[in-house]
Amino acid sequence: MALLQIAEPGEAQAPHEHRLAAGIDLGTTNSLVATVRSGTSETLPDHDGHHLLPSVVSYSEEGILVGQQARERATTDPLNTISSIKRLMGRGIADVMSLGEQLPWQFADSEASVPRIKTRAGDVSPVEVSAEILKCLNRRAEDSLGGELSGVVITVPAYFDDAQRQATKDAAKLAGLHVYRLLNEPTAAAIAYGLDEGADGIHAIFDLGGGTFDISVLRLTRGVFEVMATGGDSALGGDDFDHAIAGWIMQQAGISNDADPMIQRRLMHAARHAKEALTEADSTTVVMQLADDSNWQGELDVETLNTLIDPLIRKTITACRRTLRDAAVDIDEIEDVVMVGGSTRVPRVREKVCDFFAREPLVSIDPDSVVAIGAAQQANQLAGNNPDGEMLLLDVNPLSLGLETMGGLVEKVIPRNTTIPVARAQEFTTFKDGQTAMAIHVVQGEREMVDDCRSLARFELRDIPPMVAGAARIRVTFNVDADGLLSVEAMEETSGTKASVDIKPSYGLSDNEIADMLRASVAHAEEDRDLRRLREQQVEAYRVIEALQAALTVDGDQLLSAEERAGIDAHLNSVIESAKLDDVDAIENAIKQLESGCEFYVERRMNAGIREAMAGHTVSEFESSEDDSK
Amino acid sequence: MGITLTDAAASRVSSFLANRGKGLGVRLGVRTSGCSGMAYVLEFVDDMNDDDEIFEDHGVKVIIDKKSLVYLDGTELDYGKEGLNEGFKFNNPNVKDECGCGESFTI
Repeated sequence: MALLQIAEPGEAQAPHEHRLAAGIDLGTTNSLVATVRSGTSETLPDHDGHHLLPSVVSYSEEGILVGQQARERATTDPLNTISSIKRLMGRGIADVMSLGEQLPWQFADSEASVPRIKTRAGDVSPVEVSAEILKCLNRRAEDSLGGELSGVVITVPAYFDDAQRQATKDAAKLAGLHVYRLLNEPTAAAIAYGLDEGADGIHAIFDLGGGTFDISVLRLTRGVFEVMATGGDSALGGDDFDHAIAGWIMQQAGISNDADPMIQRRLMHAARHAKEALTEADSTTVVMQLADDSNWQGELDVETLNTLIDPLIRKTITACRRTLRDAAVDIDEIEDVVMVGGSTRVPRVREKVCDFFAREPLVSIDPDSVVAIGAAQQANQLAGNNPDGEMLLLDVNPLSLGLETMGGLVEKVIPRNTTIPVARAQEFTTFKDGQTAMAIHVVQGEREMVDDCRSLARFELRDIPPMVAGAARIRVTFNVDADGLLSVEAMEETSGTKASVDIKPSYGLSDNEIADMLRASVAHAEEDRDLRRLREQQVEAYRVIEALQAALTVDGDQLLSAEERAGIDAHLNSVIESAKLDDVDAIENAIKQLESGCEFYVERRMNAGIREAMAGHTVSEFESSEDDSK
Repeated sequence: MGITLTDAAASRVSSFLANRGKGLGVRLGVRTSGCSGMAYVLEFVDDMNDDDEIFEDHGVKVIIDKKSLVYLDGTELDYGKEGLNEGFKFNNPNVKDECGCGESFTI
């Protein structure tokens, strides 16, 4: 029979309706998948009991290998074995070349902006390589949970830009995964420790992995984490500790720098082993098999280790200090320090972090798993398996989103501080008779005029069926997903004609710029209100002018004497003139004058219209049809 | 009769309860749904109801309402692995037939 998990009280799901969700930490060196089962979040192991999946993909003769098997081929088949692909995600060819790293692979010459790596299986893009890692984790999760995943949360570094995030989403799509949302790695770590359920405050996330170091300062406000600043070093990690220890062994054992690769590998292995041993012990015996098969043996104690790695740890502390300064936060404002990444197991790292922040860092959750665990908890919430039955307040829209209407005015569709994801629709219509296209200009900001807001995108809705002004019904839908990606769709409802565009609204805007935009909207509130009134009046004037001119062309000559026509033209001209000026009352007045001066003409038009409609019919016909309609 | 737990099930329930940090025990039950009549319910218990019965086995409290007990009497709760997947199993002597996946059953 099926294997069951313990649900929260009242939350047991009906058979075949389980919503399985997982969190994925898609790392540079290693990746992990985690889930929440029976109220406990845990990372999932593979058949051999390994939780970490090396983020390595090898395109071998026998097919695609992922993980440990792929990593073993790194030295024998380097051209077809791809590691650290995360560094290339969402990067253009130029970016990749300027990374300044020696990349062992051959890149295909192509016109496309995305770098493609030449492999035995053809040219592959970073998105495709990442998708292989995700597929492998997906299989592991589905085997472990006994069913298909309804969705996943994938973590990304806080500093990932829109292109890198989009590439990550594309990889997930390619792997057949539904992404509930991407989550910043430091935020995931904070969620794993339940900091999101605590009081508002500022937290620091210290993430020292195998090859990278990231420090992030997060501010929690009413359950929402905001990244205040990030810093770090993309070429500093536990591997550097190993190199430092290996250097010491070489010196002690008299191994030369140009030792063959086999010796180098043994050195790194011995170094890593010693480092791990010194997490628990005060000293350890290092055994190193030399080239002549003799054994060198030495004793490494904690003090020596500390002198070897202190310069590296000092670099992380310098980065912390700089990041706090960027965030304009004092050390004593930091509530909690969360330790992430395997290298934070090194006691000396904990000690130095503790000294710098003047508080004990949080270390109770396995630092390798903490990000995946936070992602799993978030995925569980988003899948609707939330025991509290309430949706987490995840993120808000920092600035209003809207579109341009006639007269350069902004119509706000999604007001600022709306929690996302959100979708809102509004109906618009045509301004002129027979108008068949409409320009949609999407803007962001709090001001009333388009010119004072930030333009995000323009697109056109074409093929609107010709109708009188105001008859077309154009429904514009704004949809902001959980990652803040906006898509706008316009649809003419009678014909079903559609056009749409995807945008990332906050892309390129710093918090300061957002704050400036907000301040400006308050400072200019009155001015904006008056300007809006003026523009609305001007739009009204143009609408009246447009309508009257259209009418005059049709039947002005038949229905009006030359004298009457001159009178109407005079009114019309005064409206045209007033609309050019910036006097709201004058425009309003001129429109009123025109309306009263044209009353007789409007009446004649109606009569003429009725006459035409009734020509050839008897009155009784109209009476009976009127009865029918009752 | 009543309800019993295997060693594996008892130790998993205890550790899940400890991880969760609260809860009186585990609730077993049935409800009508699923593709073949009845479906099992397995939940943590924070509050007891008037018609609940309690069985204690291996130091774990198993809570079950009287109506469900009719369908589950004699059941042994087990914990097992099938490949990478792991979870609880109901060894229910009352079952006559179950749907292919075993998530629901008839008596």
